[in-house]
Amino acid sequence: MNGELPNLTLVLPEIFLAVSAMLLLLFGVFQGEKSAERVSNLSVMVLIATAVLMLNSFGGERDVTFNGMFITDAFAVFVKMMVLAASAIALLISGKFLRDHKIARFEFPVLVLLATLGMFVMISANNLMSLYIGLELQSLSLYVLASMNRDRTRSSEAGLKYFVLGALSSGMLLYGVSMIYGFAGTTDFDLLQKTLRGAEGPHIGIVVGMVFLMVGLAFKVSAVPFHMWTPDVYEGSPTPVTAFFAAAPKVAALALMVRVLVGAFPGLIAEWQQVIIFISVASMLVGAFIALVQTNIKRLMAYSSIGHVGFALVGLATGTQAGIEALLIYIAIYITMTLGTFAAILTMRRGEGYVENIDDLAGLSTNNLPMAVAIAIFMFSLAGIPMLAGFWGKWYVFLEAVNVGLWPLALIGLITSVVSAYYYLRIIKIMFFDDAAEVFDGNHGRGVSLVVGVTAIVNSPVSYFLLIAPLVTAAHWAASSLLF
Amino acid sequence: MTIGLGHYLTVAAILFVVGVLGIFLNRKNVIIILMSVELMLLAVNINFVAFSSFLNDLAGQVFTMFVLTVAAAEAAIGLAILVIYFRSRGSIAVEDINQMKG
Repeated sequence: MNGELPNLTLVLPEIFLAVSAMLLLLFGVFQGEKSAERVSNLSVMVLIATAVLMLNSFGGERDVTFNGMFITDAFAVFVKMMVLAASAIALLISGKFLRDHKIARFEFPVLVLLATLGMFVMISANNLMSLYIGLELQSLSLYVLASMNRDRTRSSEAGLKYFVLGALSSGMLLYGVSMIYGFAGTTDFDLLQKTLRGAEGPHIGIVVGMVFLMVGLAFKVSAVPFHMWTPDVYEGSPTPVTAFFAAAPKVAALALMVRVLVGAFPGLIAEWQQVIIFISVASMLVGAFIALVQTNIKRLMAYSSIGHVGFALVGLATGTQAGIEALLIYIAIYITMTLGTFAAILTMRRGEGYVENIDDLAGLSTNNLPMAVAIAIFMFSLAGIPMLAGFWGKWYVFLEAVNVGLWPLALIGLITSVVSAYYYLRIIKIMFFDDAAEVFDGNHGRGVSLVVGVTAIVNSPVSYFLLIAPLVTAAHWAASSLLF
Repeated sequence: MTIGLGHYLTVAAILFVVGVLGIFLNRKNVIIILMSVELMLLAVNINFVAFSSFLNDLAGQVFTMFVLTVAAAEAAIGLAILVIYFRSRGSIAVEDINQMKG
């Protein structure tokens, strides 16, 4: 507690990210509007360098710094790698879209870097204070990103809705934090865990605080009943921003949920398990049924992401190490599916601009067969058809749910998977069997083609032989570092 | 009558509920929503300071400082988004925020 310097080597990746983001901001300001492309490329390099730094500076052993505010462990390394990959891919696919809409400004990559920094702090939070600061750094950057296309009413409306509901959720979360602090007397996760384990029955104030905290986090992962902002924000935001929203913040917020519930409140599992089961079931149902009537593909993907959060939360609801492992496998596979789909949506471009309706995909197989096959792979994978990557994610989650006796959860998951298969397969039917619509313009940029190609291969049955085994090993390594 | 922790918590809870209701019941103006958000955050600050003094622990007051700072940043970003929204839509009435539905 006295004046000695905290161990800075553990936060080296975060410091590097923060300093680079600010340097790139200066660089952009001095170079003017023309520098957007260069700042974007440099940002991708910064993200790669951060990944290298992170793997170099620590190998996954548990260690804390800043008086226990900040923690590094295998779980943090695993989730941070996913966040870095998602941010870098979102930057790679954004260039052409932003130039077409004349919003290619250098602020975009800088805001993505700052949001990534916020997610890093969230993932590594070991105190309610660092949790709040990380969450706000991430959210404030995301509000601005959503309203980036400021001359388009839909984009600024998306930003406004996201801001109002996000601020409400931060307020709820903070109220919960204040209750926990008041009745447990500490904000440190390790101390919370120790005090709550020993007590015979937790104080009602702590339970109320924890539920408020979970409400705030459920907003951030867009779990039902706190999902109402998701479809509007996904539809209104510029498509590369939507791709970013669907991947990185979701991963970080789910990781934060795991960190809080398993790291700080394992003693209250009887209380939080019911809540998680409820929001997981509700998310799966809403994600499956409301998506049936959507015509806009970005809105459809919003409901799809709500459903996928529901599936991932089944892993958390089990509350076991294997359940967390399944959740990590699930979100790793989910980000490849969703980023691939959004990269494919970015190719839906005709003379007058970008189109977003599902019917615009009609007859894509005759116009552009490789793209139609790639989208078909994403849809099969999202639906969870056996042998594709998405199936294995669901398989591990439901297996663990059955193992701990939560078979009703697995059953609802299976039923909603079948229902949601309807709208995924409908897209495939439209692409392969409907009369061809007008051809999409080519020339959507190398980044988009690369991302669609790579994610399609990752999601294809090839992945079972090459990727699932290492992913399971890595997830096991990550989940075992959490305290149980 | 002495004023104890319970009184402070009650005031904070009432202010918090007023803030939440201000967001949900307000049908007029987005600025009022921004004010309600601030009210919620300040209610939380009362909670923190009351607990901090009650527990003889400084962490709550440190937290309050962080909350105040973040609230300022949040207000700045909220007003900026509101301004660009008004520029393109010409209105900030809550019932006019309806371009996307379903």
